[in-house]
Amino acid sequence: MEIEFLLNGETVRLSDQPATRTLLDWLRETRKLTGTKEGCNEGDCGACTVMVSSLDGDGVQHQALNACILFLPQLHGKAVRTVEGLSGPGGEMHPVQAAMVDHHGSQCGFCTPGIVMSLATAHRNGERNHDDVLAGNLCRCTGYAPIIRSAVAATEQPVPDWLDDEAEALGAIAAGGSAPGTLDELAAWYEANPDATLIAGATDVGLWVTKRLAELNKPCFIARVPELQAIEVDDQAIRIGAAVNMNAVQALMADHHPDFAEMIRRYGSVQVRGAATIGGNIANGSPIGDGPPALIALGAILHLRLGGETRDLPLEDYFIAYGKQDRRPGELVTAVSIPRQADRLKCYKISKRFDQDISSVCGAFNVATEDNRVVSARIAFGGMAAIPKRASAVEAALMGKPWRDETIRAAAEEFPKDFQPIDDMRASASYRQLVARNLLLRYFAESHLGRKHTSVLEVRA
Amino acid sequence: MSVAEPKPHDSGPLHVTGQARYIDDLPTEEGTLHLAFGLSEIAHGEIEAMDLAPVRAVPGVVAVLTALDLPGANDVSAGANDEPLLSDGNVHFLGQPLFLVIADNHLAARKAARLARIDYIEKPALISIDDALNAGSRFEDPLTYSKGDPDAAIAKAAHRIEGRIELGGQEHFYLEGQVAQAVPLEGGEMLVRSSTQHPTEIQHKVAIALGLPYAAVRVEVRRMGGGFGGKESQGNALAVACAVAARATGKTCRMRYDRDDDMVITGKRHEFRIDYRAGFDDDGRIAGVDFTQYARCGWARDLSTPVADRAMLHADNAYHLPAARITSHRLKTNTVSNTAFRGFGGPQGVVGIERVIDHIAHSLGKDASEVREVNYYASFKDKAGETTPYHQEVSDSVIREITAKLAKTSDYARRRKAVAEWNASHPFLKKGLALTPVKFGISFTLTHLNQAGALVHIYSDGSVNLNHGGTEMGQGLFTKVAQVAADAFGLPLSAIRITATDTDKVPNTSATAASSGSDLNGMAVKEACYQLRNRLVLFLKNQYRVAAREIDFADGRVMVADRSFSFAEVAAAAYQARVSLSANGFYATPDIVWDRIKGRGRPFYYFAYGAAVTEVVIDTLTGENRILRTDILHDAGRSLNPAIDIGQVEGAYVQGAGWLTTEELVWDGKGRLTTHAPSTYKIPACSDRPEVFNVALWDRGLNKEKTIYRSKAVGEPPFMLGISAFLALSDAVASCGDGTIYPSLNAPATAERVLFAVQRQGAGAGHGV
Repeated sequence: MEIEFLLNGETVRLSDQPATRTLLDWLRETRKLTGTKEGCNEGDCGACTVMVSSLDGDGVQHQALNACILFLPQLHGKAVRTVEGLSGPGGEMHPVQAAMVDHHGSQCGFCTPGIVMSLATAHRNGERNHDDVLAGNLCRCTGYAPIIRSAVAATEQPVPDWLDDEAEALGAIAAGGSAPGTLDELAAWYEANPDATLIAGATDVGLWVTKRLAELNKPCFIARVPELQAIEVDDQAIRIGAAVNMNAVQALMADHHPDFAEMIRRYGSVQVRGAATIGGNIANGSPIGDGPPALIALGAILHLRLGGETRDLPLEDYFIAYGKQDRRPGELVTAVSIPRQADRLKCYKISKRFDQDISSVCGAFNVATEDNRVVSARIAFGGMAAIPKRASAVEAALMGKPWRDETIRAAAEEFPKDFQPIDDMRASASYRQLVARNLLLRYFAESHLGRKHTSVLEVRA
Repeated sequence: MSVAEPKPHDSGPLHVTGQARYIDDLPTEEGTLHLAFGLSEIAHGEIEAMDLAPVRAVPGVVAVLTALDLPGANDVSAGANDEPLLSDGNVHFLGQPLFLVIADNHLAARKAARLARIDYIEKPALISIDDALNAGSRFEDPLTYSKGDPDAAIAKAAHRIEGRIELGGQEHFYLEGQVAQAVPLEGGEMLVRSSTQHPTEIQHKVAIALGLPYAAVRVEVRRMGGGFGGKESQGNALAVACAVAARATGKTCRMRYDRDDDMVITGKRHEFRIDYRAGFDDDGRIAGVDFTQYARCGWARDLSTPVADRAMLHADNAYHLPAARITSHRLKTNTVSNTAFRGFGGPQGVVGIERVIDHIAHSLGKDASEVREVNYYASFKDKAGETTPYHQEVSDSVIREITAKLAKTSDYARRRKAVAEWNASHPFLKKGLALTPVKFGISFTLTHLNQAGALVHIYSDGSVNLNHGGTEMGQGLFTKVAQVAADAFGLPLSAIRITATDTDKVPNTSATAASSGSDLNGMAVKEACYQLRNRLVLFLKNQYRVAAREIDFADGRVMVADRSFSFAEVAAAAYQARVSLSANGFYATPDIVWDRIKGRGRPFYYFAYGAAVTEVVIDTLTGENRILRTDILHDAGRSLNPAIDIGQVEGAYVQGAGWLTTEELVWDGKGRLTTHAPSTYKIPACSDRPEVFNVALWDRGLNKEKTIYRSKAVGEPPFMLGISAFLALSDAVASCGDGTIYPSLNAPATAERVLFAVQRQGAGAGHGV
């Protein structure tokens, strides 16, 4: 596989690397660029964070990504900047680096290159939501306080001119393209090669390689297929291509279903969301993915394609059983559509840690009332069953009833009919069952008291 | 002056540019080999047969070693000789190293390590504290320390409580995983680079494993990517593995654990159960208390004996207990062998008494801070002669002064009322507030470890090379110690060249542990520097016929009466005059004596103090919770470097709060750790730190003892400030009830535990269903 990208401004062409070689291993072992660290090798600690820039229309978009679960072919046509490439030509520190020294932002220093790259990417993008920017960078020494002081101190400094715009160089290498180049090509190829492994963002598949040590069969990188990258919004629906990454989904949902966007803010981290795709989040069939419950509650339709044949189905019907989805060999998820509707969606992500944690329970509620009577109810949960699943009995108990406490408490009794969750390391079955019921109460309480009374994230000292 | 200045970490510029080298970053020579352990899949049993042919067949695999292939001792224990590098046929926990793969790359070694076909004879595994208690599985008989007659005191007291708290363990989660490298040298000697807090122990284990004298093994460590106690003994296995593999192959060998392997193989903070009974008066003044501490030590001793001892020694925390008994059970289970972790048992002991105080306050319907105040040790000014349960007089207490000041600066009283008002108007969310103190004993309880050495050279150009026995794990030790050296010579900090810890330079070192790094090594360095300075003074005195008092070292200059020289000129002249410009320094902590069996003596040279106020909010529908604000006042004595000390306090607080809130270790019934990666084990993330985080050092801090510039150790003590977050959660839970049911919250207080604690407050608590 021919790959071409920029590394700290220098063009790199590779043809001898395995398709599943990670950027991190290649940087450290082959290029001897050891500033980028391996902390967890699964995208959860951020010590390997690098800046990846790519053409986006006329401009260049900069994204922090985890090098440990980024395969080299994913970089084709992009520009990678590591911590070694952040300082100026004369060794002048980037403002973020200088601030991290001056404000005592490093102690053991091992997370520091990743922190610096996350902050420098955000700095370049003009982002100031430091907690969100750093949600994917774990530090065990500092308690984060001096890192935030550093981030704040660097905010007003200009982006150094030595980080010159890579647009020109990117334009030159991105022109090369890569196969498959279109959805038609991809669909035909996948139909003929149904045993292939489709890779979009690799935030899940990456771990098959780095942790399960699997050899991937016929890895095929699909994120650059233009049709899969498309977002279309019309009067009827919001159609999101399968390879749209979760940062983009977050930005999109902020305009339509802000609570979904708020949940995505807590989904993975900047680095994970910049790679992870909505298609991957659905297609892999995880019972604890956070996208599907919200999408099911919104009545989303999944679009699939097998060769030349396309097929649509309600998203909830895609999930059949644990590890089993309604997807035929060689068939791929191409997009998901959300019907346009008034926003009533509330998403509740319950996890041990607020940021960058997998949900123990994720509940999405979309209930409409007219004259204080429930006229439609779509409620879906992750973490409560072997698949993302609607709470049909609860919905039925709400339908047509007055929107009041008695109705809610009666409907809450129906949860055990819908779900029989399990005990695992994230939560016990009894906690999950209790929380699911209580989340219905929360949704009701929030509808008349507001979130300031129902979310600890809204409270200040 | 350099001492007391807020100098940045010496490696800061290297950290932020990616130039700071950790072991796995060192350039490798051609042919370097990489290692991985094959791990047991069961928690307890014997190996019936082990077929390693599929392991050897993997391309890139050079050799596979088992216990039978080892040239010397099969032991990587911290001292008890009960921890084989590779299984001797017995399996004691799930994840135990059974064989060693040597391959030409890291990935091949990892892949091969999973391919062994092993038949086991499985035995019942003891996983939990209850399993061990039921089976009577322990490392030693229970140990008891006591003072007075606690049974009589409790019986006579006006009020009594009893209860139990369960405290989970904690994964270190140093960002840099365990790693080592061994380079075979001529004549069978070995150079080992290890990410270790204890180079000397690595030296000893490697030497014994290879049948070499200690002098034939050199261990070097420039820095660790975090340690927290997790690299006190847990690096032994990798270093010894590298050394035996290097011996076997003649090649440089490197080993690093993948994160999941690291979390499965290495020891953690000890899980504890503490049962308590206490008797007290109407004010909450404790008359007597009886603790029974159960420590889950895991399968081998490691450092469990001193960890459990230190838990006993901190059962009083900052409170004078007129009568007390602490009984400690050291339980043996088929799980990882638990080890040192910041606080070293102290935090568990402190949580025990803080729980008692909180429980007493609840039972009396009082604010817990009032109960604390009546029980604090008397101020050092009052010379009250109060003693700990191990009969050491507490003569340096500033806890009353610190908590009084913190209550004021944190506006505790007003916020206590505000929290109550807020709670009254919020049916679903409840706030909680807690102020907790810490008093932490400083010194290794194994008295002979309280020694340190240093080696300082002045070169003829006036540059200074500094070495000592302490290791740098991010805590800023090297910076602090270099400040001491800079001051001794009147040089700027930049003139002091900091060098890697090296067993060839300073021998017989103790682990950098017990918060002792600056105390011990700072004094040893100061002593070495002053030997050199005195030699220079003597030389100058004779050369220029002046009195010693006319000679001064400042601002990089040496003033000799009315003459002024650069330090370099003096160094060159002293060299010409054949003055030795190299000195060893040594320090041994004075005045400590301790009998750990009788539980009597003065194990600690002094105590460090601090206090924190934390405000939290909980959701009574889900148990979700957050820290909203934390105020800390901490005693670092006369701080050597306030910036570094504040960094330690902030980091320790967040780590301590993480231990008691989100960091949950879960083993399944088979003894498999199911939280073996950051995806499932949740240390605090950036947004988990308190949004309002006011941290200050005690401005009147001064060590009563003659420590290095009268500073105090700061590594571990502030870890226990995180307990205020846990008790604030307890306070929030209690606010859901009518005051009759004590929350009895267990740790870690995950959302799940908080929700169930809210439920126990009774019908209608939090309005859930």
